[in-house]
Amino acid sequence: MSVRARPAATEPVAEEPAGPAAPVTATRLPRSQRWRRDRLLIAFMLPGLLFYLIFQYGALFGSGLAFLDYVPFLGLGGSQWVGLQNFQRLFDDPDFWHAALNTLEISLLQLVLFFPAPLALAMLLHSLVYTRVKRFVQSVVYLPHFISWVIVVALFQQMLGATGVLNGWLSDAGLHTVHILGNPDAFKPMVVAQVIWKDTGWGTIIFLAALAQVDEQMYEAAALDGASALRRFWHVTLPAIRPVIALLLVLRLGDILSVGFEQILLQRDAVGPGAAEIVDTFVYVRGIKSGDFGFAAAAGLFKGVIGVLLVYAANKVSHRMGEAGVYR
Amino acid sequence: MTRNRRRPAWQEPPHPLTSGAKAVLIGLVLALVTVPFLVVVSTSLAAPAEVVANGGWVLWPAHPSLAAYTEILSGGVVGRATLVSVGITVAGTAFSLTATVLLAFALSRPGVFGGKPITLLILFTFLFPPGIIPAYLVVKELGLLDSYSALIAPVLVSTFNLVVMRGFFQGLPAELYEAARLDGASEWMMLRRITIPLSRAVLAVVGLFYAVSYWNSWFNALIYLDTPAKWPLQLVLRTYVLAGGQIADSSSSEAGLLAAPQTVQMAVVVLATIPIIAVYPFLQRFFVTGVLTGAIKS
Repeated sequence: MSVRARPAATEPVAEEPAGPAAPVTATRLPRSQRWRRDRLLIAFMLPGLLFYLIFQYGALFGSGLAFLDYVPFLGLGGSQWVGLQNFQRLFDDPDFWHAALNTLEISLLQLVLFFPAPLALAMLLHSLVYTRVKRFVQSVVYLPHFISWVIVVALFQQMLGATGVLNGWLSDAGLHTVHILGNPDAFKPMVVAQVIWKDTGWGTIIFLAALAQVDEQMYEAAALDGASALRRFWHVTLPAIRPVIALLLVLRLGDILSVGFEQILLQRDAVGPGAAEIVDTFVYVRGIKSGDFGFAAAAGLFKGVIGVLLVYAANKVSHRMGEAGVYR
Repeated sequence: MTRNRRRPAWQEPPHPLTSGAKAVLIGLVLALVTVPFLVVVSTSLAAPAEVVANGGWVLWPAHPSLAAYTEILSGGVVGRATLVSVGITVAGTAFSLTATVLLAFALSRPGVFGGKPITLLILFTFLFPPGIIPAYLVVKELGLLDSYSALIAPVLVSTFNLVVMRGFFQGLPAELYEAARLDGASEWMMLRRITIPLSRAVLAVVGLFYAVSYWNSWFNALIYLDTPAKWPLQLVLRTYVLAGGQIADSSSSEAGLLAAPQTVQMAVVVLATIPIIAVYPFLQRFFVTGVLTGAIKS
């Protein structure tokens, strides 16, 4: 019984100290015995593992259809191998490059306009001295994160649409009404505005946690040395939250080819693909709506590979600059 | 401890202008978040004629009535879609939470068979999520198209939730398990008698996260469900959203719905939002107690 028992607190290490005092329970058992000992735990894992095997790894290997001339009737096995032909077509397709460009433009706009917003709001919240007021504001600003994109777009329509609140006020005041929603020229800033509305509050959580960990004594010491509020921010606050900023930037860069797929798909038809086509909607429209599966999978795979390379590169850079980056 | 304030002694008292600007800013932020909700709720409660007269919305209804709500809930597309959404959310959350707890528990036990390679394989999916097309084909090959299981099985476990839960389980005191083992308890007993009773907060927050994401999801229903009669509420609502812009993509069976007056449209928006607002105070409690912040950082 005790031979099959599991070691107590720590993970077993491969090489145990050979001393006679080494407890029996800490030795690593042969694989076959661990298998028998852990039968129940393995059964616990099964539902989750099946999910990962089928829907994550199955789909990952299914990406191989990017190299096939996929015919649904013939299936994955029966379709013909066409090598890089789908990628050739993809790279020759101006619509794809247009979608990639749109994606990058929206991503960069978000980086410039949205990325600093949670930090700014977190600073504002952190500076509130009344805990109750702070809690209340926090609970209000977190809320939009949990509202679905369908509803967020509906809210924006009600506020800024042709028959919305803004245009109602403008016409009441005798001013010209504005055409914001459904206007291709305004679409990209609009997308960023929606993201700011939905996720600025949520984004403050991680910054507030970082701000709360700054040692009060550092501020006190800096203040006693005559540092102004601005200097305290620059020399105490900023260094403390730099790792968080670096981490979020690395993650954001890895995701630069993903901008709110659901959000944009919801508005794509109203605005038209000229301004609203992004890589993900391109994949969806070409693959699922038009049935060009191999081609669309090639676009998706291309995006995925670029994403991994970007995370890797951004992580390297952040290590170079002395930051921790993403764990690994 | 007067009036709940704690300004540190070293901090210079703020300039009245700064305090004023701060108050204005906070007020603005609060208004930006709450006014859209207020407009939608007010419009849904107003009389259709009043809404039309005011150009499509009202800030405060003159004669509030629940007519729009009785209309959408008395059978029809919206009533059915609401039932579908409730069913998917309840069933999906139950399955997801069960699978996540079991997997997280097994992976949290030290030295479990296959623990390390499995954890790495799971974390890898963070880095390289499968694309839309391969995911669609897997569902199709399994014959799950147009069935409700296509809305649950492909999103059964969220890796983020799994990592949060496993991290919490690993933080529970090992002595408890050791004592239980000496008493001859099986792993199943440990899960039931030790892990679950000590992890109520995490179970609640992960369960709520799952519930919110099932309730809010519409894209999977769009690509996997061919029959509009099976659509959940958010997808039905999407046709409303498009109605304001362009009705390019909606199926003909929804055409009758699109002609619905603004009050009814807004009532559907409210209906789709209410469950989120209802569970939100519970969710919020956990951010404040910081169950998540530690996990998010790791």
